[in-house]
Amino acid sequence: MSTALQTPEVAETPNYLNSEYGWKSWLFTKDHKRIAVLYIISITVMFFIGGIFASLIRVELLTPQGDLVNSDTYNKFFTMHGIVMVFFFLIPSIPATLGNFFLPMQIGAKDLAFPRINLLSWYIYIAGAAFALSAIVLGGVDTGWTFYTPFSSTYSNTFVITAAVGVFIAGFSSILTGLNFIVTVHKMRAPGMTWGRLPLFVWANYATSLIQVLGTPVVAITLALVGLERAFHIGIFDPAIGGDPILFQHMFWFYSHPAVYIMILPGMGVISEIVTCFSRKGIFGYPFIAGSSLGIAIIGFLVWGHHMFVTGMSMYASLYFSLLTMLVAVPSAIKVFNWTATMFRGSISFDTPMLYAFGFIGLFTIGGLTGLFLATLGVDVHVTDTYFVVAHFHYVMVGGMVLAYLGGMHFWWPKITGKLYPEGWARFAALLVFAGFNLTFFPQFITGYLGQPRRYHAYAPEFQVLNVMSTAGASVLGLGYVIPLIYFLWSLKYGKPAGNNPWKAKGLEWETSSPPPTFNFDTPPIVTEEAYAYGSDSAHQEDSHHG
Amino acid sequence: MNFPLFPEAASSMARQVDYLYAYLTVVTVVMTGLIFAVVFFFAIKYRRKHDDEVPKPIHGSLVLEITWSIIPFIVMLSFFWWGAQIFFANATPPSNAMDIYVVGKQWMWKIQYPGGQREINELHVPVNRPVKITLASEDVIHSFFIPAFRIKHDVVPGRYDTMWFTATKPGRYHIFCAEYCGTEHSGMIGWVTVMPENDYENWLASGGNEGTMADQGGRLFEQLGCSTCHELDRQGRCPNLRGVYGSRVQFTDGSTRDADDAYIRESILNPNARVVQGYKADVMPTYQGQLSEEQLLQLVVYIKSLAITGAPGVPTAAAPAASAGSRQ
Repeated sequence: MSTALQTPEVAETPNYLNSEYGWKSWLFTKDHKRIAVLYIISITVMFFIGGIFASLIRVELLTPQGDLVNSDTYNKFFTMHGIVMVFFFLIPSIPATLGNFFLPMQIGAKDLAFPRINLLSWYIYIAGAAFALSAIVLGGVDTGWTFYTPFSSTYSNTFVITAAVGVFIAGFSSILTGLNFIVTVHKMRAPGMTWGRLPLFVWANYATSLIQVLGTPVVAITLALVGLERAFHIGIFDPAIGGDPILFQHMFWFYSHPAVYIMILPGMGVISEIVTCFSRKGIFGYPFIAGSSLGIAIIGFLVWGHHMFVTGMSMYASLYFSLLTMLVAVPSAIKVFNWTATMFRGSISFDTPMLYAFGFIGLFTIGGLTGLFLATLGVDVHVTDTYFVVAHFHYVMVGGMVLAYLGGMHFWWPKITGKLYPEGWARFAALLVFAGFNLTFFPQFITGYLGQPRRYHAYAPEFQVLNVMSTAGASVLGLGYVIPLIYFLWSLKYGKPAGNNPWKAKGLEWETSSPPPTFNFDTPPIVTEEAYAYGSDSAHQEDSHHG
Repeated sequence: MNFPLFPEAASSMARQVDYLYAYLTVVTVVMTGLIFAVVFFFAIKYRRKHDDEVPKPIHGSLVLEITWSIIPFIVMLSFFWWGAQIFFANATPPSNAMDIYVVGKQWMWKIQYPGGQREINELHVPVNRPVKITLASEDVIHSFFIPAFRIKHDVVPGRYDTMWFTATKPGRYHIFCAEYCGTEHSGMIGWVTVMPENDYENWLASGGNEGTMADQGGRLFEQLGCSTCHELDRQGRCPNLRGVYGSRVQFTDGSTRDADDAYIRESILNPNARVVQGYKADVMPTYQGQLSEEQLLQLVVYIKSLAITGAPGVPTAAAPAASAGSRQ
């Protein structure tokens, strides 16, 4: 990828890609855009590694018997799929790539507040990923991505500490990115960029940053304690040496439930950008979408116990967690309704990013509503720890988050690279992803209610038909992921020049050249209108920037 | 091909859960259908006709925002309320429930009946009679899951958990371990057999040659030397355990608690955790690591029996004739 980017023919005008050449100019860069590109490359690698494990899982599950690999190997497959996807793809995905690139541009800043810390956070991420990958190479981990004790702290014979250290380290990368975003949004906004004019992508990343800064230390401490118990037999979680295994779950989910909002909130921000642009209309209910991001971030910290309804936790605690989980669904519902209302009397086009947004709205709705099944106490007792849970969170994480990421990549690719991708192929891949995804995960709601537990290497024969459907769907989904990888790379060399604003979108990032200059704007922007001011008379303002 | 959407419903609670699940599914389908339909309708009706059209902005509507916040929340409260009803019913076993004891161990389920019968990965219960299961784990967290009964409960090491059900339909149903527990997690499965009452009594009578669980516990009580201090006919160095189970116990620090399974367990494994008023700490050694969870349960049942009947260790069920019926 970088070799193609170094080709001077990319653009004649000076931009962040042609300002310097050579590997040093990338590895020592302080430009948020170049760091975003480094992140895009890194998380893409991690995504495909996690995807390989997913494929291996699906192939094994073609037959009810555990016949492709042995049980230990299978357990390592789903563990490493989970660890790689959650901690090294989903959590950094949008904030560290699109957030890094566009959050400063959208508020009219020339960089993040702390460019060196931004680069440091990428190195920390790489160090964490190196530990996680070395755990895989050394022989793998078999605890599940949730590291439940006392299995992880005492019983597992695999490379738990190596993997936990990887996650621990990567956590600091997440904290630093969050800090950087918070300070940047507070201190670096262009003149006229009031809080009420912030693009919703910025609001979403801001809310995400709050969770990253407040939540991540807790999971870091928790995993450190697992490591200490494993290495030195300090009794914290294992009851045989005086610990409490349920304490681990409280601490783990105190972070890891908010973490699902770390994963989905930035995706919601992307959808707000796409829906407005391709409906050519201001967002419906701006304060409600912005406020609901903060609402999700805050209430999201108070619902962790809904992962623990069958652990024997106090019945009254369960009632509380059930009720608050219902409450946290309200801001998510508000967003879905507002996006839908934004399309009302719009001018809707069907470019690839919008196809992903349609997919997101539908699949996230299903993911969110099935979350309510799990929040409903009497039903959760039956479906928790079954494939119903697997289906639910893949609807949110893949149907929601991955679609938003792909939508965002297609939306901003012309800005990032200055090139257009082949629209026909892109639409085709979007449809493949949507169809493949549903075929993979919808049957899992049914197997889950029928009682197939998750993390089963061998399963009861009556579940086979639905599992074969899942595996077939996963093949289609996999193809849908590979095609964009190919045409994105292709477009770097052969793509048509994108121009500054191929979508006629609003937002400061579209007012500068593509790819943007090193300091983003040739003249510092001054903001005179609200976000997404489609249809308002703003021609004079655009002129002033290009002049 | 047979293509069920619901697993078999074989407990008093199963249909309740199915109805609630069906209600949730209907709401989900209606809501998702509505969103899909509106998005589809808008996308077609307001599709871009020419490239430079710019529609008029609409900023929002407070009335709509309030409406679509409040109505979903009210619907969600109905989920919450109904779900809580079922959860409460699941949490409180009826007082006439029969006891069965389940120990999870990597990677098998060990099942003990009060009559002393023992099995592995097979659970036999009578139809139409409430059964209370006491769960213990020998190692990591497991989860005892019977899909046909729509219940599961985690089996957490270091403590007892309970769950209960009333089976309503004779047959054989899956038992799964639902909490990932290591290598053979997916092999930690078994069957629950629901039998008509008469067959069940016959089945019970055909197994168990080691005496009742209380008898087994009583023998352990002697073997481990418990009875040298906990004398049953007079007051010894340690509390007389007759009548203790179920009573309110007072401790040296002034606190009190009911003597239940968890208290008995704690007193065996960690005697200094709570010292009964009038006695000294450090008299009793810990039995941590010396007893299996099954043996602990036998002791608990024995001590419980001391509070129920007059004579020490005599609550014998139907004569346990020696037989090959016992699975262990």
